[in-house]
Amino acid sequence: MSAVEVSPRIRKTPLHAAHLQLGAKMVDFNGWEMPVEYSGIIAEHLAVRTQVGVFDVSHMGDIRLWGPEALRAVQRITMNDAATLKMGQAQYSAMLYPQGTFVDDVIVHRLGEQDYLLVINAGTREKDFNWVHDNTAEFDCQIENLSDNFTQIAIQGPNSRVLVEKLTTSDLSSLKYYWCRKILFCGLDDILLARTGYSGEDGFEIYVPSDPETSARVWGEVLEAGKEFGALACGLGARNTLRLEAKLPLYGHEISDTINVWEAGLDRFCKLEKPEFIGKEALLAARSTGLRRTLVGAEMIERGIARDGYKVLDPHAQEIGYVTSGSYAPFLKKNIALAYVPLEFSPVGSDLRIEVRGLGIKARTVPTPFYRRPKLALSGNR
Amino acid sequence: MAYPVEFKYTKEHEWIKAEGPKATIGITHYAQESLGDIVFVDLPKPGTELTGGKSFGSVESVKAVSDLYAPASGTVTEVNGELATAPEKINQDAHDCWMIKISLANPGELNALLTAQEYEQFIAEEGGR
Repeated sequence: MSAVEVSPRIRKTPLHAAHLQLGAKMVDFNGWEMPVEYSGIIAEHLAVRTQVGVFDVSHMGDIRLWGPEALRAVQRITMNDAATLKMGQAQYSAMLYPQGTFVDDVIVHRLGEQDYLLVINAGTREKDFNWVHDNTAEFDCQIENLSDNFTQIAIQGPNSRVLVEKLTTSDLSSLKYYWCRKILFCGLDDILLARTGYSGEDGFEIYVPSDPETSARVWGEVLEAGKEFGALACGLGARNTLRLEAKLPLYGHEISDTINVWEAGLDRFCKLEKPEFIGKEALLAARSTGLRRTLVGAEMIERGIARDGYKVLDPHAQEIGYVTSGSYAPFLKKNIALAYVPLEFSPVGSDLRIEVRGLGIKARTVPTPFYRRPKLALSGNR
Repeated sequence: MAYPVEFKYTKEHEWIKAEGPKATIGITHYAQESLGDIVFVDLPKPGTELTGGKSFGSVESVKAVSDLYAPASGTVTEVNGELATAPEKINQDAHDCWMIKISLANPGELNALLTAQEYEQFIAEEGGR
């Protein structure tokens, strides 16, 4: 198998024409021309928090590993413990460099006895595939880049289940959060459906064959079926504000090749009890040296919106860190930010300043996630 | 969207409506549409001196920050306080929603700005790029 070359051309998903037809505003996102919004970021964000939203996330990449040593390969290249995955179960994880920093974060799905699907980020597709390829060569398993095989549609929000159930005969009450199964969907057999997402809500991600005709038909049927549940087509703008409220990391922002697992606060997805994985030694060493900086959530107290890359100052105007993601939060109706700061500024209630257009605007650290979805009274299907 | 002929326009998408030595300033429909949901407007206080072509504040949508440029020089006489709590009014009707009023230092400066027709042509080219 040969490694994939990085291509500089602008890429489009199979749903590109459908987005234009819906009047989407398109933007370049990591080399992909993607919808940033249709009806407006705030309306789309609120639809996901209160009803349901439908996203084209076909730019995400997919790598399949299967064969007798697929598990050993996955264990080598990811930090969570894939050995605990039952068939049809998924887990949040990450691929690390030997220094304990991030190649990418991934969702690992166990599709079969010896069959795993890694869902990876758009901007890191080729890098990730090459990384997997180069670091699993010694194992008896096949790897396959399925990134262009799927149109991936995310259906997110409290009404996502009733929407998906309209289009399948499968009973989804038994599909728990972070589990997946193959179902009959929109008349298509053997479609992978995962109860996963990037919004902080209950939701599903569905992997449809990527031919444009099937993709457009399914996209249209999902939106049509969702009308009675308040479904809106949602773009990357709302996807970003939703994940920020829920403190879900974004590659190149909260996690990157210069940020390690401890700094990012992703400890609970990193299983040091695993005998071995790439990055483990460095993380053990980093643990004994202690943290220099940590990711905190902050809320603006004075008027002003923190943006990605803005400087964080202490109350004496000394620069102490930087904002990784900052925005107006449409559901919380506050201006919020994630930022790397020295440990002494991490306790909740710490005073910070964020430099907005040359002025130090008051902010303070707050508990995260900023938003947590309400638990169902009967939490049987979580 | 009709661009009022009694306004003059900048290439940075502000409008200005002059009445003698006084003028009212806002941003255009095209600007609000490009920005998307506006959530924050930072405007100068009354008494602030503006220089034509220089930044006098900012407008922020959920996804972007944009500078506001003074279409002409002058002194701020009034600020639309409603925008502090309801910046979305700009999305609803950008040409009816003013941001600041100024007393013009030199009303002749407006002659250098775009007419409605010129502005419409400008944004047609910009949008088509």
